Amino acid sequence: MKISLFIPCFIDACYPQVGISMVKVLERLGHQVEYPEEFTCCGQPAFNSGYWDEARAVAEKVLAMYRSAEIIVGVSGSCGAMMMTFYKELFHGTPLEAEAKAHAAKVWEFSDFLVTKLGVTDVGAKFPAKVTFHDGCHGLREVGLKKQPRALLAKVQGLELVEMDAAESCCGFGGTFSVKFPMISTAMGEVKCDSALKTNADYIVSCDSSCLMHIQGLADRQKKPLRTMHLAEVLAKQ
Amino acid sequence: MSEREQILGRIREALRVAAPKPGLLSGPGQRVPAHEKRPTDFSPWLPAVGDSFEERAALFAKNSAELKTDFQLVANRDELQTKLLALAHAEGWKKIATHAGELTNYAFAALGLPVVQTGGRYKMDELESSDAGITECDALVAQTGSVVLSTRSAGGRALSVLPPHHVVLARRDQLLRDLPAAFTALKQRYGSSYPSMMCLITGPSRTGDIERILVLGAHGPKKLTIFCM
Amino acid sequence: MSTVAETFKETARRMTRDLRHRSWIQNALGKYYIGRDEKKARFQNWQEARQAAAEIKWDAVNHLDKYLEQFVSKIEARGTKVFWASTGQQACDYIVNVAKKHRVRSIVKSKAMTGEEIHLAQALEKSGVEVVETDLGEYIVQLREEAPYHIVFPAMHLTRHEISDLFNKKLGSAPTDSPEELTMIARRTLRKKYCAADMGISGANFAVAETGMISLTTNEGNGRLSTSLPRIHVALIGIEKVLPTLDDLALFLPMLATAGAAQAVSCYNTFIAGPRQEREPDGPDEFHVVLLDNGRTRLLADAEQRDTLHCIRCGACLNVCPIYKNIGGHTYGTTYMGPIGSVLTPHLRGLTEWKHLSFASSLCGACTETCPVKIDLHHHLLQNRRNAIRCKSPWWEKLIFKGFVILMNYPLLYRLGVKFGWLGQKFHWLIKGTKLDPVYAWTQSRELPPLARNSFKDYWRRKQS
Repeated sequence: MKISLFIPCFIDACYPQVGISMVKVLERLGHQVEYPEEFTCCGQPAFNSGYWDEARAVAEKVLAMYRSAEIIVGVSGSCGAMMMTFYKELFHGTPLEAEAKAHAAKVWEFSDFLVTKLGVTDVGAKFPAKVTFHDGCHGLREVGLKKQPRALLAKVQGLELVEMDAAESCCGFGGTFSVKFPMISTAMGEVKCDSALKTNADYIVSCDSSCLMHIQGLADRQKKPLRTMHLAEVLAKQ
Repeated sequence: MSEREQILGRIREALRVAAPKPGLLSGPGQRVPAHEKRPTDFSPWLPAVGDSFEERAALFAKNSAELKTDFQLVANRDELQTKLLALAHAEGWKKIATHAGELTNYAFAALGLPVVQTGGRYKMDELESSDAGITECDALVAQTGSVVLSTRSAGGRALSVLPPHHVVLARRDQLLRDLPAAFTALKQRYGSSYPSMMCLITGPSRTGDIERILVLGAHGPKKLTIFCM
Repeated sequence: MSTVAETFKETARRMTRDLRHRSWIQNALGKYYIGRDEKKARFQNWQEARQAAAEIKWDAVNHLDKYLEQFVSKIEARGTKVFWASTGQQACDYIVNVAKKHRVRSIVKSKAMTGEEIHLAQALEKSGVEVVETDLGEYIVQLREEAPYHIVFPAMHLTRHEISDLFNKKLGSAPTDSPEELTMIARRTLRKKYCAADMGISGANFAVAETGMISLTTNEGNGRLSTSLPRIHVALIGIEKVLPTLDDLALFLPMLATAGAAQAVSCYNTFIAGPRQEREPDGPDEFHVVLLDNGRTRLLADAEQRDTLHCIRCGACLNVCPIYKNIGGHTYGTTYMGPIGSVLTPHLRGLTEWKHLSFASSLCGACTETCPVKIDLHHHLLQNRRNAIRCKSPWWEKLIFKGFVILMNYPLLYRLGVKFGWLGQKFHWLIKGTKLDPVYAWTQSRELPPLARNSFKDYWRRKQS
């Protein structure tokens, strides 16, 4: 199976190790990966801010560059949701509607791809740590990620998963919301951090680096002893 | 043009553009295929209820316990009389209110207390100062522990809600399975001419408006007792 | 920025820092979650029930003219007077006139969000009539002269001590810390009001077209008393409240109670079909139904968001909304708060002034997930944002997104941007967290992640070569 990667812009720029980890895991499982280097961003920041014309301008290019791809696997629940769910809305009633639907059908989020599509839960990872899992909202509610990442974590050698109360509560990031209403966003993040701290976990793990960026940024500022790690990074550990 | 015509006109104008069917954008965990035809039988999705009388009675009793309704199965009229007298004695009833009916007539004769009858016009303060309102009903619903009654079956609107204790007298054949069965029964009974009020009463009056702490008897009865014969 | 939006931000800033409020609301709702999940689990299939409820509401709203006419002809046949009101003003005027005509001096009001929406109580009070809210929570906030904090639990923000102080001050009752005693104080006070009232006002949770009835849900019995004792009953109903058949209530009553209050079914579900009929011993001599449009047909005309009219006002979306839980119900400054309020208010009161509510969401989708009638709430927030930007967008923001398109559509430029950013961030500490900081909105409360020395694209190039 030839897999086309999509690496969201902020992962490319800030968290390249997350993308690299995904490549490592997929290659470890014997898959061939390719990456359209001209990919930058899915257009979600503009879409969420109400600038749908601008979002379409970016998304059209995305549709074009993945036109011949068989399977597209991405390392973000949120950007995955953008392509799977929101592209259909964005292109509704435009000539590209059918293509957006076809594109959506080819897109997989990384953990869902491993568990649902490949039927793999044990990727041979080893990571002796106590972790708690944060369900990113888009991954949870638009993509349906709940059991998949947990099934993968359960097979990581030495890893102990402790659930936090507020696993399904939003971390408060919400894209441009976090800078338009920083006070609300921060309060939501505090609720999240408090819940995670109660578990005494070494790491908060999630399928979304954007949530983790927010949680880590807040924890660092408030000097809370929290560390975050993307699921792909956990799975790449050996 | 009347306001009615204007509003209806705006509605018709608005509805010229069709709206998308519901549930299309639901996330994967909640996606359910759309029904071919608009659903009319809800029983398969609502809480389950057993078929036999015993199962229904057991579920009604379980729901009653949760709701803090006092539910008692009585075998015959003698047992009803004994239990009613015990209740009247325990609570020190001095005056009751009721309406004409086969079971209610029997009950008030058995109790031998001063009575306010709400069959015709009555005085509101007389009813308000009664210790208990004794009514019949249209049905009991096992699924929810509810009593179904109407102005016709239960002596008007106020009798079942103004006195501090509401006592319902029901027959065992009135104990229905679930809510769909209750509405079917109401339609069958009243379909040709509905009373001005029908009601589904589920437990004694309650509120949680102060610190979400349950308090019984907010405005309506503090107690609900159901005798099923 | 409009003043409404400024006030919102200002209040949100204050409320989000109020840690006592935060934990109070989290705790209050904690009990609700447990009960709701337990009641939901009793359903044989909650998801099927939701889909069915959504389809029935879709049928009702998309044939609204037909069902409304059916409802009206049935309920009029039993002697009910029906008034159609295009605006809140018309509805208020009509009800004030009914009160005047019958020399009404006091009114008991059962909880009705439509009444809040059109400021009915204020209009009646202005005409010299006493209006008493009878729902305990509503009564408490009425005594405090404030708006409800929640559409189902109006006084959930208050402690028993605050309520005891309030009753002490306004009713002269002895202080107590028992919720039961406090409830009994209200019971005794309001009993007198019911018995003396000339008119009862209620809303309706549903209007059944097939049989011409309103369905009224309460737990306290105040709805029963308000519609049984006074000689006149007025029900104020939004036109979207219709349900096609009586049987539909068998689905909607348990769903409303489960989603709204974590109950299997509410205590009193009352179906009122008319004023006192012949041979009935009691009940009002007159029954008026006021059908309220007040912007609803405008929303109906927006096919994309028409399902917002499916709302049964259960409040479930407020209960799960992390925004609501952190800023509280009063911050919205609207009749309907929480996610449904943020979707609805721009339609009822104007997009320009109220669009900030649609932006004040992380789009987490918890509301859409919980809604018993499957309103696509967070998608509608996105649509409101799009519509707001189409109407009017700040020039600087437009510029940013034009720049965003260029940056993202020219990969070379993007790569250059990332490299430039990597260099630039070395000097960020000089201004970080100050007003000069271009990313101050983020850095005022959070650290910014550093740009990596080598991006993923760099890695990929090395890997390929």
